[in-house]
Amino acid sequence: MAQTVQTAATAARTRLYSGRRRWNAIMIVLAWCAALFGMAWLALILGALLWQGLSGVSLRVFTEMTPPPGADGGLLNPIIGSLIMTGLAVAIGTPIGILAGTYMAEYGRYGRLSSVVRFINDILLSAPSIVVGLFVYEVLVRPMGHFSGIAGAVALAIIVIPVVVRTTEDMLLLVPNTLREAAAALGLPRAYIVRRIAYRAARAGIVTGILLAIARISGETAPLLFTALNNQFWSTNLNAPMASLPAVIFQFALSPYNDWQRLAWTGALLITVAVLALSIIARALSSPDKS
Amino acid sequence: MTDIAFQSGLGAADAARARVLRRLRLGDAAFHALTRAAAITVLALLGGVILALLEGAIPALSKFGFNFITTERWNPVTETFGGLAPIYGTIVTSLIAMVIAVPIGLMIALFLTELCPISLRRPIGITIELLAGIPSIIYGIWGLFVFAPFLQQYVQPALINTFGSVPGLSVLFAGPPYGIGVLTAGLILAIMVLPFITSISRDVFEAVPPVLKEAAFGLGCTTWEVFRNVVVPYTRVGVIGGVMLALGRALGETMAVTFVIGNAHRISGSILAPGTTISATIANEFTEAVGDIYTSALIALGLILFVITFIVLAAARYMLLRIERRLG
Repeated sequence: MAQTVQTAATAARTRLYSGRRRWNAIMIVLAWCAALFGMAWLALILGALLWQGLSGVSLRVFTEMTPPPGADGGLLNPIIGSLIMTGLAVAIGTPIGILAGTYMAEYGRYGRLSSVVRFINDILLSAPSIVVGLFVYEVLVRPMGHFSGIAGAVALAIIVIPVVVRTTEDMLLLVPNTLREAAAALGLPRAYIVRRIAYRAARAGIVTGILLAIARISGETAPLLFTALNNQFWSTNLNAPMASLPAVIFQFALSPYNDWQRLAWTGALLITVAVLALSIIARALSSPDKS
Repeated sequence: MTDIAFQSGLGAADAARARVLRRLRLGDAAFHALTRAAAITVLALLGGVILALLEGAIPALSKFGFNFITTERWNPVTETFGGLAPIYGTIVTSLIAMVIAVPIGLMIALFLTELCPISLRRPIGITIELLAGIPSIIYGIWGLFVFAPFLQQYVQPALINTFGSVPGLSVLFAGPPYGIGVLTAGLILAIMVLPFITSISRDVFEAVPPVLKEAAFGLGCTTWEVFRNVVVPYTRVGVIGGVMLALGRALGETMAVTFVIGNAHRISGSILAPGTTISATIANEFTEAVGDIYTSALIALGLILFVITFIVLAAARYMLLRIERRLG
């Protein structure tokens, strides 16, 4: 009698245990599937880009202007426009970002201002980029009366700043305080300690931040649509509408013309290769610090 | 004599020293002030964005008042604008994205922290993070030319056949398979925000003290039970923070959505139908908007988007700060 009760209990326990194990196995398989699923998208997107874009890559892409529909042409003016605006945006955004990050890590590390700026900066970091475009339209394009390359560069700079602030602060916080103390003991003033010691120790990290910021803005389209607009023709005039790769991709991809769509794919491939290369270089630069 | 010469020499040295010190002190103060000004610039940027949008939105908001967010009519010809359709589209596409991306993102994080062989962890983690680096216009062009036709041919007919006759669900999957539409936009958003959810939850999962997990394993828990009953409850705030951050991204995403949503200013019960979102409306119509009220209505939409994402992102940051404090 007692024995049958016991075996029944054992059987129940075994059943319970195998149920738990089965549930565990199902979840583990699902986790594997989720990981494969996540990676598959990268493969699918890169595959499509290579498939569609690679056939269009030729010397002509880099030497000719954007064509009217039905004609042959390249992407020279948007490539140059993107380079100019990206360079200018980095030139405007990086100093502000590095200085602000410096303030938060070196001068006001525990201050109220720093924690407020940190919070706001983190929000700006993920704020919708189209809103940045609207903002620059309101403060630059409307008063000037026309779209311009400089407005596009300012819009991109506003996206650069939070990225650089964040990485600069993080990297400066990693610099050991003993370094600063040793420099202070030698009688160096604070500004020198920051510039000569802390910046040098955090250089790789700060450069990583700048590269990530470039990667981020080189594909940004939304803030350019109504700041720099677009331009069918060769123009390096910062006071006039300027072509950019993302804006041209947007225009050409949604057009009904086959050769425009093909150029859009080629442009998309170029941007993706540039962005992925930048993020991989940035990672390679920052990884020795991490380990 | 010598005494005086010595003293005056000393005086000169002192003076030079004082000069140098003063210069250094000035330089120091100047650098301090400069960095402080840069930090304040970041704050000013946010303030400037809000003020500029408010200023631009006032004509439309004062003309339409509260109706702007409760009516659906969007007619540039008669200059009547109501933003309900884009607001609805923004929320629905983001919801679809979250429903799909949250469980998958968490499962990938579980995989990366508990199941994956150590040597594969970094490469797989990087692969997923590279997804976050791909510009949104690339998702857009891929979505329009590759993903939408695929959905139109295979997935949407299957959905219509399966759920078309189920009461309740049939409304969601009504209408012909266009390929582009609310569902497609939601799916693309899901792929785009997946890396954010994964990398933040992986980071907080990794920060769980091993003792807690080992204790649970010691009691005989399976891997899943440890994850479900120890890791997730311990890191809940951080995971929710990561999800909110991803939601903030999804709400404001522009280009990818603009390509695939179909840009129709109407609210449809079916998620297969074309719709629009706030950001897609602005991207599509802003440069073509004639008349002050039209432009102002679009800026008002931008303001609403900014306010919504600001609240979501602020909540996300607050939660992530809390988990950071807890995990040290």
